[in-house]
Amino acid sequence: MAAAGRSHATRWAIVNVVVVLYALFPVWWIAALSFKDPSTLTDGSYIPTDWTWENYKGIFQTSEFTRALINSIGIALIATAIAVVLGTMAAYAVARLRFPGKQVLIGMSLLIAMFPPISLVSPLFNIERSIGIFDTWPGLIIPYMTFSLPLAIYTLSAFFREIPWDLEKAAKVDGATPAQAFRLVIVPLAAPGVFTTAILVFIFCWNDFLFAISLTSTESARTVPAAIAFFTGSSQFQQPTGSIAAAAVVITVPIIIFVLLFQRRIVAGLTSGAVKG
Amino acid sequence: MAEIVLEGVTKRYPDGSLAVRDVNLDIADGEFVILVGPSGCGKSTTLNMIAGLEDITEGTLRIDGKVVNDLAPKERDVAMVFQSYALYPHMSVRENMGFPLRLAKVDKATIDRKVEEAAKVLDLVEFLDRKPSNLSGGQRQRVAMGRAIVRNPKAFLMDEPLSNLDAKLRVQMRTQISRIQRRLGTTTVYVTHDQTEAMTLGDRVVVMRQGVVQQVGTPAELYDMPRNLFVAGFIGSPAMNFVQASLTPDTLRTPLGDLPLDDRMRRELERRDAPRDVIVGLRPEAFEDTSLARDTGGPVITATVDVLESLGSDAYVYFTAEGGPVSTAELDELATDSGLADTGAGGNQQIVARLDAATRAREGQPIELRVDLSKAHVFDPKNGTNLTHPES
Repeated sequence: MAAAGRSHATRWAIVNVVVVLYALFPVWWIAALSFKDPSTLTDGSYIPTDWTWENYKGIFQTSEFTRALINSIGIALIATAIAVVLGTMAAYAVARLRFPGKQVLIGMSLLIAMFPPISLVSPLFNIERSIGIFDTWPGLIIPYMTFSLPLAIYTLSAFFREIPWDLEKAAKVDGATPAQAFRLVIVPLAAPGVFTTAILVFIFCWNDFLFAISLTSTESARTVPAAIAFFTGSSQFQQPTGSIAAAAVVITVPIIIFVLLFQRRIVAGLTSGAVKG
Repeated sequence: MAEIVLEGVTKRYPDGSLAVRDVNLDIADGEFVILVGPSGCGKSTTLNMIAGLEDITEGTLRIDGKVVNDLAPKERDVAMVFQSYALYPHMSVRENMGFPLRLAKVDKATIDRKVEEAAKVLDLVEFLDRKPSNLSGGQRQRVAMGRAIVRNPKAFLMDEPLSNLDAKLRVQMRTQISRIQRRLGTTTVYVTHDQTEAMTLGDRVVVMRQGVVQQVGTPAELYDMPRNLFVAGFIGSPAMNFVQASLTPDTLRTPLGDLPLDDRMRRELERRDAPRDVIVGLRPEAFEDTSLARDTGGPVITATVDVLESLGSDAYVYFTAEGGPVSTAELDELATDSGLADTGAGGNQQIVARLDAATRAREGQPIELRVDLSKAHVFDPKNGTNLTHPES
């Protein structure tokens, strides 16, 4: 029995290692590239022979990258905040209230999520230019928010459905206004859902390349994924591979920190003990 | 503390279905009133309307003399205990119990004092800093009670507060709720589907069926003088026995045997111009073992014992009456609700008699039983009215 359990565990361990290696290999490769100096860049080795911080120093010396980093952080945070606040309220309505046009609303948000973004780039480009938000922060925040709201509404309404309705009734009878019941009882319980959604939305905004490259033209609103595409070597004969790799590592780090910080909150089921049992 | 008055209260859902129809009820200050009925009878909806969690379609609801139809729950000053307890899982017991006071902007010192007091009453002091997830079912139930009593509301509304507890704890909590209510003297409306709870707790019991109040009365009134077949079948455990009967001027011809009418029955049946075909209802204790009781002159029937259940204090004797089971809309609904319809006990009508434990009844043996006709009821099968009820 114990032997069978051990061989079972070994099999699992092997599968896990394979999956992890498969997933992390590209990450390791890009990290390795970012630490190579230009002369060994193409030596085909996955382990840098001469470790160097040059690439990192390089990208932080020009405003091209630093400015883009600020844009990325600002735009992603603002878009996430707005999408989560609006999404929380909309998801609550979808999960709890009966109102005319609810099905239409759900259908519309699904429709938005299904639209291939590329088909909207040209119209958005023209609209943004004519109303003067092209190449500005709002010019990216608005489409990010729009495209992440369906995702936010869907994940959050699933969380809201899990919260026993009795809790809200109890709050109302205990003397809470609907707003207080929402703020003091429902939102704290939906917190894991809110964090999960926030992370998903943030990653979506942070990683987007299509809108970032199409709806910006200067450093004033260009985010990192778009800015990386504009990297040039120090001469026209030099490939900016090292800088690109370093920039890619730099923008991956915040996401990893985000997920590590909040993964316990995501997993924790806060509603245990709410009702009978 | 206040009286609660319902006048013609009706709940109709947007799809047109009627959940509660024309409920009129005067609940006196400090009274303990039970709403009881099978699931879907509208009792919880009625309670929710009193709490303000559901809108009242028609009629008026007054709490403490004030019409509250359009007031939000928070303005009605009532406290509610839910079947699921509805404790806030992210708050400690202390915070849960203090939540209504916190919303009412009571200062912190007072909240602490009141929560401690309530915790002492409910024996929760040592659990004050725990989260609900670390409490047992009974403790959670007490926290829910605590949250209700801590603010000293005008009324307690309880929605099946004990149905998630196991049987033994339920009986203990039942007495505790009763004790707390007597001590505080707070008007209480209590919803349950369990007729035992209704009978033991209530000053008055309201029996509901399909959104309509069937009868309002003290537990004894409901038991001894049910107004209709539904109340008769719902109240009491084991339930009242029903048999088909045909009415002649002097006797009720039943599958059990002929039962002569006594003066009381004859008078009431004549007054109401009773139909020929009727249903006779007999409580299990309306039967006596002739070998044990002195002769009271009542009619004697002979039956063959199917099953004998000895409880020590009593013995239940089951036997069957000839002829198919009595079937009316009311009784079918009760059978479905109690799960009896699922037991496949079709065929003959089963009768249960509650006899003295000293009975010599044996399974498979015949037994002579005397019927106490003063405890018999005669019902109209068409509308279920109790034709022998002295008032209606």
